[in-house]
Amino acid sequence: MKIQSRSRAAIGVVNTQKHHKPTIQIYPYWFLLPAAAMFCVFFLVPTAFAFYFSLTRWTLFDAEFIGLTNYTDFLGDPQLTSGLIHTVIYAIITSSLKVFISLPLAFLLTSSLHLKTLVRSIIFFPVLVSTVAVGITFSILMQPSTGLINTFFKTVGFSGPDWLGDPTISLYSVALVDVWKGLGFATVLCIAGILAIPIDYFEAAKLEGGAWAKFRHIIIPLSRNAIFSVILLSFISGLRSFDLIWTMTHGGPGFASDVLTSVIFKEYQAGFYGLSTAGNVVLFILVTIVVYPLQRFFNSREIEL
Amino acid sequence: MSIRKFFKTIWLDAITLIVVGILFVVPFAFIILTASKTSKEASLFEFSWPGHFQLFDNISAVLQYNNSRMILALWNSTILTVGSVSLIVFLAALAAYIMQRRSGRVISIANSVMLAGLIIPPAVVPTIFLLQQLNLYKTLIGLIFVEVAYGLPFAVLIFRAFVGSIPRELDEAAVIDGASALRVFFQIILPLLRSAMITIIVVQSVAVYNDFAGPLYFLPGNQNVTVQLTLFSFISQFNSQYNLLFANAVVITVPALVMFLFFQRQIVSGMTAGAIKG
Repeated sequence: MKIQSRSRAAIGVVNTQKHHKPTIQIYPYWFLLPAAAMFCVFFLVPTAFAFYFSLTRWTLFDAEFIGLTNYTDFLGDPQLTSGLIHTVIYAIITSSLKVFISLPLAFLLTSSLHLKTLVRSIIFFPVLVSTVAVGITFSILMQPSTGLINTFFKTVGFSGPDWLGDPTISLYSVALVDVWKGLGFATVLCIAGILAIPIDYFEAAKLEGGAWAKFRHIIIPLSRNAIFSVILLSFISGLRSFDLIWTMTHGGPGFASDVLTSVIFKEYQAGFYGLSTAGNVVLFILVTIVVYPLQRFFNSREIEL
Repeated sequence: MSIRKFFKTIWLDAITLIVVGILFVVPFAFIILTASKTSKEASLFEFSWPGHFQLFDNISAVLQYNNSRMILALWNSTILTVGSVSLIVFLAALAAYIMQRRSGRVISIANSVMLAGLIIPPAVVPTIFLLQQLNLYKTLIGLIFVEVAYGLPFAVLIFRAFVGSIPRELDEAAVIDGASALRVFFQIILPLLRSAMITIIVVQSVAVYNDFAGPLYFLPGNQNVTVQLTLFSFISQFNSQYNLLFANAVVITVPALVMFLFFQRQIVSGMTAGAIKG
């Protein structure tokens, strides 16, 4: 009874007057409909389709049910499984580098630095620039002999590697560019986290010691929520990353920097739609089994300031 | 102030500026310098002042290249961005209003679907199949709908938080005065959501404009080219003309630069809010 009257109050106001029925619904459910329809048709329905079509040999016109063959093909092919492993490596490297660099940087940019506004803007700008433009620029800067990066290394006295041509490092080179592009966003999140720490903590710490003590004992523990956000978001975007890898290496040389999304695209281009969709389902599963436990863990350790 | 003291106060600034300059300013300077060179000079990949400064000639060459393909791409990208973003803003605001004001099973389902939409990667080939069935494959409107579906969860998240800061009493008072639900939404809620709206418009415009995988999968074909694909396909076409490749990069970066100069604050606050509340 109590619940009902509360929900009534939440739904409409007019019926709290003398009327028996609500004469007007001020929060009608149909307001949800346009957004829900759009999201269902163009996101949820294809996602549901994916589970079925990943079990078929599919030409887009007809689909022949073949059970789990696509998945066994996928997991049996060393090139495709290496794509799965690269995806995880890429996500771990990009998200951990972003955290380790952005937090100290955010600390620096909330200190008494004179140029902090300028530096913040400069670092943030790449976030807004198209990934394709960034990828093309860096694939030229990373040219082995004439590229600017190795020219710089040469003048300092040692020879840089073939960043994108050497299969043992090409994945890591792309990951570095990913960090470069996404650092501004991670830093901005960390700055927000640091600014949310009540000033009293810093007042108390002033007596204790220098910048390192402040960073170690206040910033790291108390901006935990922001750190969790950075890890989670960069992990998700790392697992889903496609644009940068595709513009810089096409997954190469060979299959050295192939990740799930580039494998999905290659199989699609080759006309193996069922196999491509199976890759897509593997990506859903990977994202879900990694992200939900991580999110739950972070939520349980969040702090109230 | 003694010189020593002066250095003591600026050494950290100086080091920061040098490091940030090398890592972040040099790549952009390189883009602009290369875009201003002759093709012969550009292919040396040197970080140097152009012997003959011809940025604007190169840009106009890019715009005219291949029957003004770039102009067509700019036009397509504009329609795509404006269409998707206006639908996202309108649909998300309507939905977020109800999702914040009501509670119950429908709302909790809507909430979890929204969170899933923020995390789960889209299923690309089945989306192509669906667009084909609806006769929307290779059409701008089809891609607009897809971009709307991808952009809605984030926009709803931001709007929902903002609706929470508008007191319920406002809606209730208006209803007692005889306003309909739609009128309450349009005349009371929507105007109060202005700052959230600016944030969403800016963040989503950048996202849609810069989207590469969307047009690559869902909008193939020469007539349908968008700006991100011009750059991508020019990698091979401009094989020896790096000046034009980079001039192309400059052209497509200008809208992002303009957004950045005018709306940096909204972008930063919007992205931060979305990330932390998500």
